[in-house]
Amino acid sequence: MPEEKLTQDGAVIYTVTQLTREIKFALEGSFPEIWVEGEVSNFKLYPSGHSYFSLKDPSSVINCVLFKSSSTKLTFDLEDGMHVLIRGRVSVYEKRGNYQLYAERIEPRGKGSLQLAFEQLKKKLYDEGLFSEEEKKPLPALPLRVGVVTSPAGAAIRDILKVAKRRFSNVEVSILPVRVQGDEAKQEIANAIKELNEYNTSIEEGKLDEHLIDVMIVGRGGGSLEDLWAFNEEVVARAIYASKIPVISAVGHEVDYTISDFVADFRAPTPSAAAELVMPLKEDLIQHISELRNRLYANARSKTALLEQAVTNLKSSYVLKAPLNVFEQLRQEVDEAVRNALSAIEHFMEIKTRDLATSAGKLEALSPLSVLKRGYSITFKDGKTVKKAEKLKVGESIETRFSSGIATSRVEKIEK
Amino acid sequence: MKEIPFEKALEKLEKIVEELESGDFSLDESLKKYEEGIKLARSCQQKLDKAKAKIETLIKKDDGDFEAKPFKEEK
Repeated sequence: MPEEKLTQDGAVIYTVTQLTREIKFALEGSFPEIWVEGEVSNFKLYPSGHSYFSLKDPSSVINCVLFKSSSTKLTFDLEDGMHVLIRGRVSVYEKRGNYQLYAERIEPRGKGSLQLAFEQLKKKLYDEGLFSEEEKKPLPALPLRVGVVTSPAGAAIRDILKVAKRRFSNVEVSILPVRVQGDEAKQEIANAIKELNEYNTSIEEGKLDEHLIDVMIVGRGGGSLEDLWAFNEEVVARAIYASKIPVISAVGHEVDYTISDFVADFRAPTPSAAAELVMPLKEDLIQHISELRNRLYANARSKTALLEQAVTNLKSSYVLKAPLNVFEQLRQEVDEAVRNALSAIEHFMEIKTRDLATSAGKLEALSPLSVLKRGYSITFKDGKTVKKAEKLKVGESIETRFSSGIATSRVEKIEK
Repeated sequence: MKEIPFEKALEKLEKIVEELESGDFSLDESLKKYEEGIKLARSCQQKLDKAKAKIETLIKKDDGDFEAKPFKEEK
């Protein structure tokens, strides 16, 4: 090394490259061929055919590389959460100063613990009915206030606010800041969900004069399986299930599924998508309302037009056009009826008068008085008329009625 | 009238419009429905206009009360 620099004391000064190379030699010398057991995470297959991932156990992690030449020998697809046994060597990627495990052979060792935990919890909650469709609450059509449980510094809140500004500028967004990764995350997230519900209760009880939280978004931006892990925790799942406020789970990217997604009332593929789900375009709503209003007007107009037409028709009808005609006609009819009635009465009277005259003549003829007038007289005995002389006895007193006056006499002789 | 949530009002409005368009109502009934519809449309519109734009953080304090602070976006 001709360029080698020394300190005043004569010690060698390394360049970064020199040091890195020394480390690389040391590592390669110490771990030329080893077996390592751990859980795969952050697995990524690049178009080149090389794969990169981490191998981890509860307290440590090491970056791994699987070159295309080695990966083609694999009988299975590597996946996050998989528990594997790797044979390889340790070396250094000089450009970044990373030490890595270069995998040559990989064997599966059952399922990774995270994956296993995920599947176990999923099954348990499913069996308990926490994913049941019937329990899912509908999303409000127009949330005026949206609660967001996420990190105040993360990509999720940024994306949600961006969408809010674009779509529905006057919506109210209330953020409950929580950590979304690390050991504290699960409890903080669960508490925040609970607190939003308590907040609504305070409003409902009249303790706070605020608008109710209509819906909440719980989530975070993309990250590794470990980063998203809080959303696979039971305490978060139960908090979501217990929430009276509808919950939209929006964790990571489209391909990331968490337990939260299954329990939530709605799963959004990303936080932006969640915001778009709950925030309708204000313009759309305004247009919808004005369309409904127009339909109301149109309906009222057509109904009024129909009525107007009906009124016009009636106006032009014979009756209303010349009401006097009808009256005249009626009067004519009345006149005629009166005339008919009169003539009928006259006729009736005539007949009756004639009848009466005849009857009167007959009556006159029958009247005993008229007989008496003609010189006849009636004989009574004890108030009864006497029609035959043989009914009388000599010496009896009889009364004789004349046309005027009555005479009382005694019977002297009877001839039969 | 003001107590009806937006979506309920909108739903009711939609129903009234449909009823009016398909049903056969007397003039009185039609007028009543029309009036109610116009009121609902107005209330929906007002709700949209009145919605507040506010972005805040809510923090539950130790005494159980909530504290709201304006949210400042971290860049």
